[in-house]
Formats: sequence, C-alpha cells, structure tokens
Amino acid sequence: MRLYESVFIARQDITTAQVETMADEFAEIITSAGGSIKKREYWGLRALAYRIKKNRKGHYTMFNIETGSEALREYERIMGLNEDVLRFLNIRIDEVIEGPSIMMQAKTERPQRGARDDRDDHDGEYDSTKIEAYPDQTSDEKSEG
Amino acid sequence: MTQLEIKREAVRKPFNRRRKACPFSGPSAPKIDYKDTKLLARYTSERGKIVPSRISAVSAKKQRELATAIKRSRFLALMPYVTS
Repeated sequence: MRLYESVFIARQDITTAQVETMADEFAEIITSAGGSIKKREYWGLRALAYRIKKNRKGHYTMFNIETGSEALREYERIMGLNEDVLRFLNIRIDEVIEGPSIMMQAKTERPQRGARDDRDDHDGEYDSTKIEAYPDQTSDEKSEG
Repeated sequence: MTQLEIKREAVRKPFNRRRKACPFSGPSAPKIDYKDTKLLARYTSERGKIVPSRISAVSAKKQRELATAIKRSRFLALMPYVTS
C-alpha cells in the first residue's frame, strides 16, 4: 500500500453532479480493493491552459489515495476508458498534506476566478514580477487583478 | 605563487555580484508543488519556457524538482506548454 495523488480532468459539458458520481465510481474501485481515500477535492470548472480534445475548460477533481499497485492499475484502466475523462495524472506522494490544497485555498480567496472565458489567445496568467533576466529583480508581490 | 594570485586579481571584474541564494533552500522556502501555478509561473519565461537555474539562482537539486513540477502542471493544463 502506497500513497498516491490523483487528478483527473472531466469534460466541460457534463454537470458538476455527473462529475461527482464519476468520482464516486472511481473512488469505489479503490475502496473495494481495500484501499482508502484520504482526501478528495473538487477544484471546479477551470479554464485549461490549452485545448484538450476541443475543450477549453474542464472539471478538476483530486484524490489522495492509499492503495496497492493492482487497484491503481485498474483505476487507471477505467479512467482511460471513460470518454468523459480528458486527462488524468497519478503520482506517488510521501505524505498526505493536511488541510485543503493550494487550489482550494486560491479558490476561497477569489471565487470569481473563471468568470472571463472570452479570452482566447491569452489564457495564461502572467505576472509582471516574473523573473526574466536577473534574479535581483524578483519580488513576491503580485500585480494581478 | 604570489604572482599568480596577482594575475587573477587583475582579471577579476571591477565588481562581482554576490551569488543569490536558492529561493527553495532554507527554512522558510516554499514547497515546490505542481498545483501551485502562481509559484511556478515565476520560474517560466513569458513564452512559457522554464527559466534556467543560472538566471533564477535555483540550486541544481531544486531545479530538477521544479522542472518536474512545471511539466506535471503543463500536462494537467494548469500551465501552458507554449504561449505565442
């Protein structure tokens, strides 16, 4: 049994309730094989940085799970077959970090994040404070509105 | 021996910039996480390229970690591969 972090992106056209039932199904694969879900987060409908299968947005769900390799293989297989899943990433982690992840923290601070979906070419966020040439000019403050 | 020392001194630039410490080393350093796009964005160029460690002063060990995090973030479409 090992700890894993799993994130999957569901298609934009399905409802939040459908994503939840999908997530339940995936969780069921793990729990029925003797594993456990340590943490579950729904990050909401987020704008994708680039298009995946013609989707500009996607429902992100994250799991922190403890499971064996067999169950994880099955879990990945099922996800790969599901056409509503655009992409998934399962990585091994050393520990489950307590409390909500950085994504959830960002969401509670500014709930109106994904309101502007009319932007086509400039989907990424850029800070003017980014390192471009010299590290001396780095600053921690963000000038994003 | 002494002569060699003097020569080196002469070659040296008028002022030498102190090497900046790695931003991910030390007790108050932020954790590198692929979910933290705000943090990772500071180590990518305008185009979305990963900034070399010689510019960002990130240590080699942390740069490897950072590169992995950025690549994971890109895979999950949290960050762009390219921006034109």
